[in-house]
This record gives sequence, structure tokens and C-alpha cells, in this order.
Amino acid sequence: MKDLVIAGRKFASRLFVGTGKYPSPDILRSSLKASGTELVTVALRRVSLTEPDPTMAAIDFDTYLVMPNTSGARDADEALRLARLARAASGLDWIKLEVTPDPVYLLPDPAETLKAAEVLVKEGFTVLPYIHADPTLARRLEDIGCAAIMPLGSPIGSARGIKTEEFLRIIIEQACVPVVVDAGLGLPSHAAQAIELGADAVLVNTAIAVAADPVLMAEAFRLAVEAAVKGMAAGPIEQQARAAASSPLTGFLE
Amino acid sequence: MFETILDTVEQDRLHARIYGACAADVAHVLRKAHCTPDDFPTLISPAAAEFLETMAARSRQLTTLRFGKAVRLYAPLYISNECVNACAYCGFNMRNDTPRTTLSLEQVLAEADVLHRQGFRHLLLVSGEHRGFVPVAFISGIARQLRETFAGLSIEVYPMETADYDVLAASGITGIAVYQETYDRARYAALHNGPKADFSYRLATPERAARAGLRELGIGALLGLSDHRTDLALLALHAGYLMKTFWQARISISFPRIRQAAGNFVPSETVTDRQLAQAVFALRLVLPDAELVLSTRESQQFRDGMAGLGITRMSAGSRTNPGGYSIAEKALEQFAVDDCRNAAEVAAMLDRKGLEPVWKDFDRCFLA
Repeated sequence: MKDLVIAGRKFASRLFVGTGKYPSPDILRSSLKASGTELVTVALRRVSLTEPDPTMAAIDFDTYLVMPNTSGARDADEALRLARLARAASGLDWIKLEVTPDPVYLLPDPAETLKAAEVLVKEGFTVLPYIHADPTLARRLEDIGCAAIMPLGSPIGSARGIKTEEFLRIIIEQACVPVVVDAGLGLPSHAAQAIELGADAVLVNTAIAVAADPVLMAEAFRLAVEAAVKGMAAGPIEQQARAAASSPLTGFLE
Repeated sequence: MFETILDTVEQDRLHARIYGACAADVAHVLRKAHCTPDDFPTLISPAAAEFLETMAARSRQLTTLRFGKAVRLYAPLYISNECVNACAYCGFNMRNDTPRTTLSLEQVLAEADVLHRQGFRHLLLVSGEHRGFVPVAFISGIARQLRETFAGLSIEVYPMETADYDVLAASGITGIAVYQETYDRARYAALHNGPKADFSYRLATPERAARAGLRELGIGALLGLSDHRTDLALLALHAGYLMKTFWQARISISFPRIRQAAGNFVPSETVTDRQLAQAVFALRLVLPDAELVLSTRESQQFRDGMAGLGITRMSAGSRTNPGGYSIAEKALEQFAVDDCRNAAEVAAMLDRKGLEPVWKDFDRCFLA
């Protein structure tokens, strides 16, 4: 696989990790370490960037690139406010753009996401939008300058794995920027499957954070992603075999 | 820009991959459910020649899946054979001492009228490269006259700036064709004299046109100028880049073989029918959505055989000299055509093969 480079920054690990829902900051810290990740997301609505915050304290800023997300934003304006406040308070200018007006399935709003992304890119943010596995939207976002695209595998937190395979395949085929499969990955094998489809990276939160043993699960995801990367590099055999025909089609060339 | 990508390709390594591929490599690629652009060097390799029938079957299947049974018909309309370049292989070479002509607007419209009556609604306006005889204003004047009666008007003239393409798009031009001829810089430099010798400027032409919103971008290589397999691999890379970057445009690929023309140029290699067929199948396998074009410079037998196996656009009844349809004066032709059947005969052939000749494939309503 070619190196994973987003906005000029190279990542050795293709596993990105969310920091919500962990049993404790200590377990969060150990899980991040076990995951081998180099990029973590934090939900701006959950953490405080201006006062001492237990989640932020558990994250070693020297080891991880911290990417705030706008989860909870219901429209473009709310997402913009969150992103600007985050940058003003912390100097962090990578933003995972999430606009999810639907509180039940937390599905992203494509129109508002595109609108917000346009403004954020213009304001100099490095924008990674969370979207449905919609190839046209992915291209529109890429065209306006998003640094990577984060399509969902299945509804966030659902642990149902990759249900959008056909569309992810198209996004991956067409994208000129990295594709990070985000949301719905419940098992290490789901993460491996995403990499095998050709995704550049995966983002996992719930599956690790709420596992009975988050640290062990973080390690399992790390190994699964590494296994898939190695497997792809090793040149996998193909499932389909085809018989060779005699020459009814090209006989005119004889 | 595509040039930055082209510059990262080590052409010696690419050549080695193509000529080093073995039957097992080809078999491996052909077992895959989806081929990728990275598989092209293997599919265009000499080793893949043994798999031609398998490749044909997959190419036919993919073409039917993506394009149905449709083959779009178009006709070239030569406006002028004046040219400021001296390209070693071309009949329009300024050093060839042969009659030159540039049609008047009335003559162009008369030619278009003949083609319209034959059924064509997609025209390719062609000229040598001469801004003096064929200025942008002349082309846009033609487009304004023809836009009501033709669905698609592409040009194959000379590379322009985006501002020129803006003017032409506003006048009703819908696409351009500009062939790099060869992606081998040294060979390119040896063969071209005049403005066309600027490899980089020509290479970026489709990108400048796309930025003006032109919807159809045609690129191509003239097979026989350099190693045809390496040129095709770089042509495929170029097409893939344009398809990804200008995803709202339609990319078409041409792969003409050198034909006899004034000047008696001797090709560096002669591409056989089997090799050209392999090229079509290989392009289709790695670029399922690309339009693949076969002109009348190829033989009737080859065109009939290839129809349905991967080709999605064909010219028919072509004259490659200005005025060839209605005036029939003996002006210099760009190259000699091989398939001399008229449009109705080509359409009937497609029909017999269970394919649909498509005369109109665009509507002006899209352009507001």
C-alpha cells in the first residue's frame, strides 16, 4: 500500500481512535497506547479545551495528533462555531466534521456537511468530513479541498460492520485523497475488511471503548489492521477463477 | 497536473514490467474480479497476447455492462489543412508541398449540412494547427451556427488557453480532442517542429479545456511513433488521471495507427491488428468507463470485428480533406482512410451485430 499521508503528514498506523465512552481516563490512556494509533479524535462537546479536563489529560499530545470533532452539531452553523472555538482555544486546526441532525442514528447531513466544509477549508482548517458512503458527495468534498474523506461502514456505534461495501468500493476507486472508513466497525475483522477493500485507514471508537476489556480490544484492532496491510502487500490470490474459451470473439483477427 | 505524475514514472521500469511479464502474471490479473490501472502493464504485455480471447470476453462483458449495446457515430469535418507545424508523420506537415485550403463559413456549413442529412448529430471539427487561418473567433462562429442542429461539437485544432476554451464553450463547443501522439519525450522532440514541439503545453491541454467546463475530453497516442505498449500504458495513466480529476467530464481515448500520408514517414514499428485488439481489451479492463474510439483509418474487417468488444465510438464515411463531403476538391488529406463505407452502411453493420448506432447522445438543454 502506498504511504498514508494526510495534508502532508505521514501516518505509520492506519488505525485512528476515538476517545469517548471509555470507563476511565486511565483505561483510555492504556487503550490508545495498545492501539498503536497516531491520530485520536475528541468530541468538542464532551471535553473542555479551556479548563483541566480528564480526557484531554489522558492524551499525550506529543504522541498523538489530536483532531477535534464537531459531533452533536445539527447544522453547518453549529459545526462552524464548534470548530472555530476549538481552534481559538487550542490551536488545533485539524477538524473531523460531523453534522448529525438525527439524534437516533446520528447519520450525517450531506447538504450541511458540504456547506460547512467549504467554509472551514477557506478558513484554513484541515477538514476530514464524516459522510454517508456517497461517492458523489465524496467527490464534491474532495473538489473543495477536504484532506480526506470519512465514509461510514454502517450507522455509528452500531457495530454492524461494513454494510456499505459497494459504495465504499466506488469511493475508494475514485478518490484522490485518503479514504478513512469511519463508524460501524464492531470487530477487528471489520477493520481488516475495510483495509482489504482499499481504504487507507479506519477510525474506531465504540468497539474499543465499550468492550469488556478495552485495552485488549485496542490491541486486537491494531493487529487486525496490521494483518490486513501486510496481507494486501503480500499480493492476495483472487477468489474467482475463469475458464479460457476458444476463439469465437477474436477469430476475425486470424 | 498530469505532468507531475508522468514525471514520477520511471519509463525504463515500466518498459521492464511490460516486457518482463509472464503468462502466470497475466493469468493472475485475469482471475481478479476487478482489474486496476496498475494491471495495465501486464495486460498490454507480449505475454498477454496468448490470452486475447479471454480478454475479449471480459472486455465485451464490461462494455455491455457500462455502455449497453450502444455505439456512438460521429464524423470529422475538416475545416483547414493549413499548419504551422512540421510533424514528421503527418500529411499536413507545413513542409509538404501540396495544395492548402481553408473553408469559408459557408463551405463549413455546407459540409455540415451533408453530414446532418446522413444522420450525424456529433461532429468533430478538425484543422491543422494554424491560428491565423483558423482563429478562435472563426471556430466560435461555426459553433454558433451549428449548435442548433448538432448535439455535440468537438474540436481537434490547436492547444489553447482556458480563456479561449471559455469563449468556445459559450459558443456551443462541447468538447476537444488533443492527442499527445507519444509520451516518450525524446521521441516527441525528435518528431515535432513548431509550436507543437512544446510537450508540456500540449500535455496540459485537456486540463485547460476541462477548466472551461468542456464536457468531452479526447486524448490519444499515435501508435508507431515509439514503443506502442509503453505509450499505451502512459495513455491509460493519463486517461485515469483525467477521469479522476475532472470527474464530470467524459474521457475518450483514441489509438490511431500511423497510416500512409504525404511525406512517406516510416513508423518505428507496425502495430498489428492483434496488438491493437489487445490494446482495446486492456484499456477496457482497467478503465471500464472510458470511451474507446475507432476511426475509419482502420479496416472494415477490423472495425466490424471490434464493434461490441470494447469500442464505443466510431466515425463513418469520413473525408480527411477540407471540403471532402460537398466540394470534393482534391485538397491534401491528413491520412488515407481504409474503411470507405458510408454512414448508413456502418450503421447497418452495427445493426446486424445487435448493436445500436447512436446518432445523438447529448442535448443542448443541458447547457441552459
